[in-house]
Amino acid sequence: MVKYIIKRLLGMILILLATSLIIFTILYFTPGDPARTIAGATATAEDVENMRHIMGLDKSYIEQLGDFLYSTFIKFDLGDSWVYNKPVINEMMIRLPRTLFIGLSAMALNLFLGIVMGIFAATHEGKWQDSLTMGFAMVFISCPDFWVALMMILLFSATLNLLPAYGIGGIQYYIMPIICSALGGIAVNARQTRASILGVFREDYITTAKAKGQKENIIVWGHMLPNALMPIITSIGNGFAKIVAGTPVIESVFSIPGLGLYMLTAINSRDYPVVRACVLFFAFFTAISMLLVDLAYAFVDPRIRARYQTVKKKETK
Amino acid sequence: MNKRTSIVRETLERIWSNPGSRVGIVIFAFIVIVCLAAPLIAPYGVNDMDLANMYKGPSLAHPFGTDGMGRDQFTRILYGGRYSLALGLCAAILGSGVGAVIGSIAGYFGGKTETMIMRIMDIWSSLPSMLLCILISATLGAGFVNTVIALSIGNVPTGVRLIRGQILSERNKEYLEAAESINCSTPSIMFRHLLPNVVSPVIVDATMGIGMNITMAAALSYIGLGVQPPTPEWGALLADARTHILNYPYLIMFPGIVIALTVLAINLIGDGLRDAMDPKLRK
Repeated sequence: MVKYIIKRLLGMILILLATSLIIFTILYFTPGDPARTIAGATATAEDVENMRHIMGLDKSYIEQLGDFLYSTFIKFDLGDSWVYNKPVINEMMIRLPRTLFIGLSAMALNLFLGIVMGIFAATHEGKWQDSLTMGFAMVFISCPDFWVALMMILLFSATLNLLPAYGIGGIQYYIMPIICSALGGIAVNARQTRASILGVFREDYITTAKAKGQKENIIVWGHMLPNALMPIITSIGNGFAKIVAGTPVIESVFSIPGLGLYMLTAINSRDYPVVRACVLFFAFFTAISMLLVDLAYAFVDPRIRARYQTVKKKETK
Repeated sequence: MNKRTSIVRETLERIWSNPGSRVGIVIFAFIVIVCLAAPLIAPYGVNDMDLANMYKGPSLAHPFGTDGMGRDQFTRILYGGRYSLALGLCAAILGSGVGAVIGSIAGYFGGKTETMIMRIMDIWSSLPSMLLCILISATLGAGFVNTVIALSIGNVPTGVRLIRGQILSERNKEYLEAAESINCSTPSIMFRHLLPNVVSPVIVDATMGIGMNITMAAALSYIGLGVQPPTPEWGALLADARTHILNYPYLIMFPGIVIALTVLAINLIGDGLRDAMDPKLRK
């Protein structure tokens, strides 16, 4: 198991390297001269040339790429923001907790409500409770999250005056962003849970459990759920990646100074060190969540766990 | 050929017999038709400004109200639907199509080709699709074609994985051996024999993808990338109106409801399609 984790962590470093390469290349070919943008509208051609030199933009693609990879992966230095001339990492550490808080809370909500709704629907299969829950799930999936965010602002901030519409502060500023980030994922999880539970409904061991007079709750939570958990875990892992990717839009609706909004602003002001750093962080979180999903498989399914323990030399897939 | 048309017909009949997807088809067909017929239905011109009637709430003359330049919101939503629907459709077809081709190559040839393609896909999907979309869209700049490309790039890895997974389970079946033994060419085996047997999950995924792409395109426009105002794409309408959300909520409400309704209809169709194409559920 330890070997497997180490192998996966090495793989993760490769993925991050590849991601850096991709993001660097994408930004390198983005039209527009960052030096001109940074130097300002009144700068002369000479000033811009100077600026290009300071920013290292006059070097070739390979040299720039080398510099970037070297400082990021060997020196662990994400560079300075071109616009503010301050280390990117400082600003990121201030913003990261906000994005993480939204992401993880949304994830928790997603996990809890998704599974509960799914089980509720599955145990009432074909009845009105099932149709109602699944109908809601369908509507949640279909509504664009940023539009739901705008509607919530209209209802809870403008009309009812209950929650602040934007900015940061106490916990009340995070309630709407968390709900909006979680909504789509809850619906996907609920549907997945329902389908998985129905998939194990007619298995022999469920009949056995019923035959011996086991309580309904224990059958659902103790017998069905563990066996139906694999696809649910996959959908949870994907859900986290989606939440991470959705933060720029949600943060921009609620004006929350988190990583996502940092990235968007940096894209507009051509502040590439910031964009690269943010994208790397997002890729890192995605990779970690995928790793956790795979580890969770092993934890949930004894068959997979056994495979990692016995077959060490063979390629495991 | 006869057999294939009958399978298509059978599938369509099965979708239609599912009440959920029937509702989806009716709503979606209605939206497509009114958007295509926009010049005939729309009461005003799409860019007609009427400064005497700025920010008018919904009324008989303007069912969805007017915006800051007195343009009729109903007209703009009708015309915008053409952009939104086309964006979703083109991106889904392009993304899933490219994914299907790459996936068939990976699955059919196996070995090193497969390993290499799948590793590239791992890297490709190391960034969540929305994020990749934002970056590509910023690189390519605004505009319809660029947005289609940006959206479809995120759809490729899913298509590859789906097709490859299917092919893995079909690879050793007898009919492929038979085709090989009568000397069919490789492309003919791949596209005439193998593909029809493995394509259904990709079709379902592409159908759902239309809805997802419409939402993502709207989100891109909203954050200032993708298709930009004054193009009346649904997300661009929302972006246009966002600063007036508190004073003129109807400008935000209607485009969003239309997006949600369209995506809902597509998802209902996709669900029906999945059930209809599932061989386990076939009688």
